[in-house]
Amino acid sequence: MSREEILSELKKVLVPYTENKEMLAGITEETDLIKDLNINSANLVDIIIDAESQYNIEIDFDSAEKMYTVGNCIDVIAEKINHSA
Amino acid sequence: MGGRVVVTGLGVVSPNGIGIPDFLQAIQNGVSGIKFVPEYEELKFNCQVSGTPAFEWEQLRNYIPETSLYGLKGKGIAFGIKAALDAWMDAGNEIYSPHTLWDTGCVFGSSVSDTDVIKNAITRVDAKESKKLGSRVVEQIMNSGVTAYISGRLGLGNKIVNNSAACATGTQSVLMGYEYIKFGMAKRMVVGSCEYVDKYIFGGFDSMRVLSRKFNHEPQKASRPMSLTAGGFVPGSGAGALVLEDLDYALARGAKIYAEILGGSTNSGGQRNGGSMTAPAADGVIKCINEAIKLSNIDASEIDLVSGHLTATIADKFEIENWSKALKRSGDAFPMVNSLKSMVGHSLSAAGSLETVAAVLQIVNNFVHPNVNLDDPNPEIIEITGENNLPTKKINREINIVAKANFGFGDVNTCLIISKYNN
Repeated sequence: MSREEILSELKKVLVPYTENKEMLAGITEETDLIKDLNINSANLVDIIIDAESQYNIEIDFDSAEKMYTVGNCIDVIAEKINHSA
Repeated sequence: MGGRVVVTGLGVVSPNGIGIPDFLQAIQNGVSGIKFVPEYEELKFNCQVSGTPAFEWEQLRNYIPETSLYGLKGKGIAFGIKAALDAWMDAGNEIYSPHTLWDTGCVFGSSVSDTDVIKNAITRVDAKESKKLGSRVVEQIMNSGVTAYISGRLGLGNKIVNNSAACATGTQSVLMGYEYIKFGMAKRMVVGSCEYVDKYIFGGFDSMRVLSRKFNHEPQKASRPMSLTAGGFVPGSGAGALVLEDLDYALARGAKIYAEILGGSTNSGGQRNGGSMTAPAADGVIKCINEAIKLSNIDASEIDLVSGHLTATIADKFEIENWSKALKRSGDAFPMVNSLKSMVGHSLSAAGSLETVAAVLQIVNNFVHPNVNLDDPNPEIIEITGENNLPTKKINREINIVAKANFGFGDVNTCLIISKYNN
């Protein structure tokens, strides 16, 4: 799965946690989930759980801690997908 | 101290009406919200009817942010949010304030948090999947979940309390809010209570054999307070909410005023002298009513209407006896008596706030709502109240003062005295 494909899937995962849908449509790898998308920090846990189910992967604690920008999320997801492939 | 406390907003999620206009219409016309529940038949419950509001999650859209609505599963919390925010808007406020409202607090009660949410947690943990529980479980299984949602949405910064006193919860929350304002500790309080009786809670009551079981195929006849054929209560769900306000504060902002809370009392019979986990001690009830009257500076003869606890069990008769002893009134001199439970069932913690909202509406609109299903009143009750004080049809009459009481498991009592607002 390419980074673009992961990004487009990730947008779907982020929908329920983001009030500002316009901002979400325009996200880039630099977008910060908490600062730019105003996602409640507690919801990062839910995003990780949803991502695990979406990509059929397991994200460990250490990797989860890196997931604060869209780019970081893609890094972690890409690594796990390749690992399990 | 000495400030007056008035009601400036009302909200309701009731089995016979969601929102004040529908609820008012329903209680004026004796509309029952009790329905047969096929699932309870499948579960082999003795009682197969309940009073459950026609609530849909969509009704919370625009009440809380979409991201907060997503993942909200606790129906008791949902009922509470809707009722409280409706009351808040009814009092002339915007839902969202960018500032913390330091002079406004919230006392909202509940009995149990949603057991469906708890069941999900139990199931996942037992399946070694606790990792998948997510961030939204704790806020919905904590008792203070409902106050957390309400106060967070409105930005309330004063006292935020979740009270729990079984069936006395709703009236007790009104009383606590009243006291905070009365004693100068808050200017405004959002008060009320909520309950969602799901099958697990329902089952416990069913097993106690305290529920109505002879009218499963005539659900609207199943809740029969004070009737000879009363055979137990009908479990219900819902939420009622009020905005209470310091009179001067309300006048200064030009708020409309529904009624005044004159005072109230909450106590316990101590589970002594006939009081137990499930039955109130007569002396506790009488003391509670008397203290409420005394603190309200009224005479018992001034009470126009008793909005009773009156659940449709054997206890109805004892309750009426206690009212008679406390008020020192009987026969034609007895006040009018009604029980909202005849239409909506007994919604446990939500009962007191729903009934308080109904009491305020009767004061504002000068009527006494009917006791539905009272075609066969218990003669022992009639002997005390006289024949004309238990209306079965709406009575149009000026209502100045209502005594609203509830008595709960654990032998806890609460009585409120609510009056027409006279400036």
